[in-house]
Amino acid sequence: MSSHPVTVTINGVEYEREVEARKLLIHFVRDDLDLTGSHIGCDTGNCGACSMIVDGTLVKSCMMLAVQADGTTIETVEGLADGDQLSPLQRSFSEHHALQCGYCTPGMLMSATALLRENPSPSEDEIRKALQGNICRCTGYWNIFEAVKAVAK
Amino acid sequence: MLLREVEYAKPASVADALSLLAANDGARALAGGQTLINVMKARAASPDVLVDLNGLDALKGIELAGDGTLTIGAMTTYTELLESAEAKARPILGEVVGTIADVQVRNRGTVGGNVCANDPTNHLPPLMTAIGARFHIAGAGGEREVPAGEFFLGVYMTAVGPGELLTKITIPAGKSDGFAAITLGVDGTCICNAAASLNGSLRVALGCVDAVPVLLQPASAEEGAVREAVRGAGIDPPSDVHASAEYRLHLAEVLAVRAARQAQERT
Repeated sequence: MSSHPVTVTINGVEYEREVEARKLLIHFVRDDLDLTGSHIGCDTGNCGACSMIVDGTLVKSCMMLAVQADGTTIETVEGLADGDQLSPLQRSFSEHHALQCGYCTPGMLMSATALLRENPSPSEDEIRKALQGNICRCTGYWNIFEAVKAVAK
Repeated sequence: MLLREVEYAKPASVADALSLLAANDGARALAGGQTLINVMKARAASPDVLVDLNGLDALKGIELAGDGTLTIGAMTTYTELLESAEAKARPILGEVVGTIADVQVRNRGTVGGNVCANDPTNHLPPLMTAIGARFHIAGAGGEREVPAGEFFLGVYMTAVGPGELLTKITIPAGKSDGFAAITLGVDGTCICNAAASLNGSLRVALGCVDAVPVLLQPASAEEGAVREAVRGAGIDPPSDVHASAEYRLHLAEVLAVRAARQAQERT
């Protein structure tokens, strides 16, 4: 069995583990590190519930191997709030009822966080395009767009 | 999903990557992984060794030569291509990769991975065929250059053989290009697509209708001439849940006309 040492920094905490080459990043983060904020929706790269920011780049963590994340700095949904203090985007999701069942929310938040970092004043079209890789099966897109718009400058 | 057991290697040079690929029949290059990792989940591919190309800077980057020739490293991501000032020299490239899937996929998916996967529904095989791209393939015996017409060999098959790697793609200068597709949802998988290039004589390449892109050279970009070229090509497209063969053939004609018109508008 092919096992590799992996060191990653997730939300400011460094983790060192041995991982099998076949392990997907999402499984490593959820099962080995017990950071279960990021979700597995489709497991086929379509739904975006597993979205994370790896070295500043938004990725779907079900289409990346854990071993490929060695040496990277990762941000997941757990890192958005400061203790009990939600991020402005998280507060906006709450205020705009941008979550129904909530399953897609971690991915939506990470995609919107990545967007706002790159483009603090996105247009409605830019918001839609940026969230294209995230599927909400409650189809609650309208309020999700409203929540992102509300924190856009 | 748990993948089948696999070995993993991350070479530090192209030479190392080539020896790793040559040393094992079951070795496979891992580019962006936006196709390969998914087909591994489905066990449609079961490599024994993944040779991760992500550390190889020699395979990344975009250069624009004085004569307008673009050189795109195989490991250049769609996002890097979209954001590249050099790539604006051939505007169709950014326009098309900007419609591939979504932000996350564009951030990791690579130009080389797209063409080497050669899924008949991919965007880049017909585009590269229409614009006359050339593919640089490295192997134990050095590097060879292959034109698009000889690169795409079959469904999921290209001229990149065992123990070989696509290193870069060169694209001649030109601006008069077009692309049209009917997709499953906005920016989704193509049901049918067509690329056109009118830099010199017109070249139209159809995707999704055969195992490899179908290159047509209509007499002109006029609608009648393009339709006639598609009809005369003897295409026998596949039927699937998204489109019957008959509908796909209809789309091929319409999309070829649209792509050719766009190319002509840009002359």
